[in-house]
Amino acid sequence: MTAIGFDDVTLTLGGRDILRGVDLAIPQNAFIGVLGPNGAGKTTMMRAILGLIRPSSGHIRVLGEPATRGHAAVGYMPQTRGLVSTAGLSAWDFVASAALGHRWGLPILSATARRDVERVLDLVGASSLARRKLGALSGGERQRLLLAQSLLGTPRLLLLDEPLISLDPRYQQAMVELVRGLQRKLGLTVLFSAHELNPLLAALDQVLYLGLGHAALGTVDEVITGPVLSRLYGSDIEVVHLRGRIFVMSGDHPVERHDPNQCRSHAESHAESHTRHV
Amino acid sequence: MFDYDFMQNAFMAAAIVAVVSGVVGYFLVLRGQTFAGHALSHIGFTGATGAVLIGMSPLWGLVGMTVLGGVGMGLLGEQLQKRDVAIGVVLSVALGFGLLFLHFFTAFATQATALLFGNVLGVDAPTLWTLLGLGAACLAGLAVIARPLLFASLQPELAEARGVSLRLISVAFLALAALAVAECAEIVGVLLVFTLMVGPAAAAQRLTSRVGQGVALSVLLAWAEAWGGVALAYVTDWPTSFWITALSGSVYLLSGLPALLRDRWNHSP
Repeated sequence: MTAIGFDDVTLTLGGRDILRGVDLAIPQNAFIGVLGPNGAGKTTMMRAILGLIRPSSGHIRVLGEPATRGHAAVGYMPQTRGLVSTAGLSAWDFVASAALGHRWGLPILSATARRDVERVLDLVGASSLARRKLGALSGGERQRLLLAQSLLGTPRLLLLDEPLISLDPRYQQAMVELVRGLQRKLGLTVLFSAHELNPLLAALDQVLYLGLGHAALGTVDEVITGPVLSRLYGSDIEVVHLRGRIFVMSGDHPVERHDPNQCRSHAESHAESHTRHV
Repeated sequence: MFDYDFMQNAFMAAAIVAVVSGVVGYFLVLRGQTFAGHALSHIGFTGATGAVLIGMSPLWGLVGMTVLGGVGMGLLGEQLQKRDVAIGVVLSVALGFGLLFLHFFTAFATQATALLFGNVLGVDAPTLWTLLGLGAACLAGLAVIARPLLFASLQPELAEARGVSLRLISVAFLALAALAVAECAEIVGVLLVFTLMVGPAAAAQRLTSRVGQGVALSVLLAWAEAWGGVALAYVTDWPTSFWITALSGSVYLLSGLPALLRDRWNHSP
């Protein structure tokens, strides 16, 4: 059985085709890097797998069933947004709010649910953060809490939307290794979207590369090639291997841009660590 | 001061409203919708004055309009909630209509003051029962949606993926918030609902990082401020609403102290 199956799927958002007639069979128990230029539809595709967007044509099957909202075996880590009013809450309460949070009633957790929160905090190495306030955590620590939330329950498929966004290279590596370790340990299928290929290289089983409504799935050697990427970018692409790293070039320029927010976030995290050490 | 019926009523009304405002206010602050709450009270003013104009009880006009406004805001959802300008325009238009209705019914100048600034000492027994019923309904509704509400407030995208209808939660919550606002307006007036809905909840969120403790503390603070206000008004003969706002403001200011002192302590060599 495939983890995710796309059968002639077209996804339309705001009158624009994000994916056009895409067929995919994503295997189980694999770490899949989801790449592609900005606006290629990485987030849209994840939302479609979650059942939040219906394909305008075709069918999506997730773990053998049609994609529907609230699938118990699908964990999701949305892109981080700024924390404004929630900065004063404890990390524990933040993670716990997602434990069976869709049920009606009072937000009082059963002993089983509390153990589950403890389990996922432990899995991502965030048990020591439980009593801290969200606002006092670094970007990397907050990302681990979001990852913990995606592991609540018994997921077999994780959809992680840009977990590396606004992280320093050092924390990026730690995040990739953490997810890779969990993927193997728990036997998960992981879709991990990112702006850059290189931080994922060591962890990847397969790459899912999106662009111009198309999608290419396969190993790095199969997908990250001039002919395949030229089709996805609609221009001449050259792939350069350099000391274990891969650069996707259009003419003389690498096409993978750093996340534009990253410079600002660097400065912020430096400022944060500075104040904490004073 | 407990010998007078009106004082007993005032204390009981203040307690009911404080509990409701403390709980609902906590979620209002957590969701960053305090301004929407403020706007609801102004819309309620139109309802109250309109009701007086057609010979109805102002409280029901207040309740009807705030709930209608809350449901409307919830339905507009993201389009409106993040738009302070739109809310600001709506609330001033609402207040303007309220003024117009008053203009047509000039005899009710004292009623206008009571609506704008509250009149807890004027609460009679039937009103007390109405407040109790509305408050119980509001808290019962909140008890049903509290869990998905918390989830949707902290992690909307994830909650949506887990099957929570963000729109349903938003509409339901603003309708409940509207009930709380209407109750609150009865005590401190439409212009000052912030003082019981937002002040105690915001102070509680500064003082504790746990949700359960935060809600409990928010209720306790609102209750203490409301009773303190009524008692001080009895002693000084100054308006109750003044005392409640003064206490609420002071508590909010003081709630910043622990964090400030901690920072000082950490920064000193």
